[in-house]
Amino acid sequence: MGAHRFSDEITTSLQRVAFEKSVSWVVAGAILLIVAVPLFSIEWTHTLRTVVLGGAVLGVVCGALGSFAVLRQQSLLGDALAHTALPGIAIAFLVSGRSLPALLLGAGVAGWIGVLLIRALTTTTRLKQDSAMAIVLSSFFALGLALLAYIQGRGDASQAGLKSFIFGQAAAIVERDVVVLALVGGAVLLVMIAFWKEFKLITFDPEFAHTVVLRARAIDLVLSLLIVIAIVLGLQLAGVVLMVGMLIAPAVAARQFTSRMEPMVLLAAALGGLAGGGGAFVSGLDAGLPTGPLIVVAAVSLAFVALAVAPGRGVIWTWLAERRDRRNFAAQNVLSDLYRHCLSHDDPMQITDESMLVNLRGDAARIALRQLQREGLVHGDGRLWRLTNAGVDAARRLEM
Amino acid sequence: MAVHIASDALSISAPTTRLNTGKSSFEVEDLTVAYNSRPALWDVDLRVPEGVLMAIVGPNGAGKSTLIKAALGLIPRAAGEARFFGKSYEQARQLVGYVPQRGSVDWDFPTTVLDVVMMGRYGRLGWLRRPTKRDRDAALAALEQVGLSAFAKRQISQLSGGQQQRTFLARALVQEAQLYFMDEPFAAVDAVTERAIVTLLQTLRANNKTVIVVHHDLQTVPEYFDWVTLLNVEIIATGPVSETFTDENLHRTYGGRVGALTAAPEAAGA
Repeated sequence: MGAHRFSDEITTSLQRVAFEKSVSWVVAGAILLIVAVPLFSIEWTHTLRTVVLGGAVLGVVCGALGSFAVLRQQSLLGDALAHTALPGIAIAFLVSGRSLPALLLGAGVAGWIGVLLIRALTTTTRLKQDSAMAIVLSSFFALGLALLAYIQGRGDASQAGLKSFIFGQAAAIVERDVVVLALVGGAVLLVMIAFWKEFKLITFDPEFAHTVVLRARAIDLVLSLLIVIAIVLGLQLAGVVLMVGMLIAPAVAARQFTSRMEPMVLLAAALGGLAGGGGAFVSGLDAGLPTGPLIVVAAVSLAFVALAVAPGRGVIWTWLAERRDRRNFAAQNVLSDLYRHCLSHDDPMQITDESMLVNLRGDAARIALRQLQREGLVHGDGRLWRLTNAGVDAARRLEM
Repeated sequence: MAVHIASDALSISAPTTRLNTGKSSFEVEDLTVAYNSRPALWDVDLRVPEGVLMAIVGPNGAGKSTLIKAALGLIPRAAGEARFFGKSYEQARQLVGYVPQRGSVDWDFPTTVLDVVMMGRYGRLGWLRRPTKRDRDAALAALEQVGLSAFAKRQISQLSGGQQQRTFLARALVQEAQLYFMDEPFAAVDAVTERAIVTLLQTLRANNKTVIVVHHDLQTVPEYFDWVTLLNVEIIATGPVSETFTDENLHRTYGGRVGALTAAPEAAGA
């Protein structure tokens, strides 16, 4: 590394990025391992296994479809949808009792009506989308709460599980439910894979998609429907209040680590499964713990960690990169200062006092001199400095 | 319709007309589009012959982009219809390429340049089919043509505005269409990109493609295009640049707000 660094700055910075990326993958893997190890030391009862499996399945489906919601910039629409599902659940219960498929159907229909209502409000009135969402969300949710109170008042023994839809309750999941969830969730994922390229195009560039894709409107509808199904499936686990966190957080975290859509959806599914399974596990240990908050805390912590440390996009990474740029810039300036000092004395070996550079550039000059010394561009004793031959060459190239 | 057949016959029989005026590539009849009951386009009739490079110019809010979008069925029409090589859009889909405004998408989307260009093939592929090596080769060739070969694997968030525009052009190229619609491709691009687009337009014309471009810069119209439509909610004039792109027509389009191309502006610019 005798030669100076600025000319091959690009190569080295690319190498550095690659290095930092691999480091953060190792860190992420280590964290996963630390989290995973205690799981194997627990005694797995049948109930616990059912609950965790259900949570993981839901997490995977929500993570994958949540990626589309995030990329379509419809995160809050997901929130509105989850809330508007509540009266549907209550009505389905009144009609057909506590059967999961009926409850989910009711939730889906109510959520869908809610979304259509939001769309109708924004197109026919002067309401903006956020206001329309707030109105529909709160009124549907209030209706749902009222219906639940009514159901509770009837003193029906089977209504116990119904309240779990508000904050989510993994313990309410029985083995038969897991089969239903796995079948529906599997079907959702299969459709997603089958129409992958259409979904991707319609998410990235809806206008262009409508000009090239056959029946683009239908495809668009199917994608929305899949997102609705994912939300509805997750309701029992995460609850209508916090469902949006389960949908969005894994996708946000995954987006930080990759800049391609395929790995993003895969990673979001994995993180969703982890958060769903983990949240269900903790809540399964004690029936009193609501699952929704646990899952959402798990998923959102993952997202926060990702926002902070992800290579390339994370806050810390950005800060480090900026600091590096600042230091490189300071080093270049100090190198030029030394060179000009030489020029003014017409002597390439002219010695410069560090205090002079500090007066000129501030304390950054000290750090810059040490960096230049490491790169072999300057020579000095910590107080007096002169350029090396390589340093003269580098400075000359800078001046050009 | 009868009127149009008659005018077709007329233009074929007239010996002085240009080479290309025989068949129309793009035709709009009685097109009206309204936003909040205010007309954005009013009773537009337009016929574009095959093989021309046509600019659509007009002031802001004249309905230039709206004309393209309504023709392609992206926004609802209050009245009228659009034909492409005599067919409806559904039938002619494969013959039409589209370059939307580059501001219409999120450039932080997690995908690569090559991926975006490949999207131009999705229409030909149809449902459930994966892109093949042939599609990939076509995409790479298109990137070469717009000078972005080195960027194929690049994440799209790393592109400059001009590179984004060229990526969109490459995506349209792989559509292998006969008729292209481009929505302001020259808007806020660097000189390299502007030259690349001009070269591309000329190549397309040399291959007898028709290109319809929403354009803003009046100065370059005579240089880049051979056909022009002046639009301000209604069609003011349409035809060859040499006959149509006149001071008088520009005044009628821009309501005298343009200090026209020649040094002496007309007083009667109503």
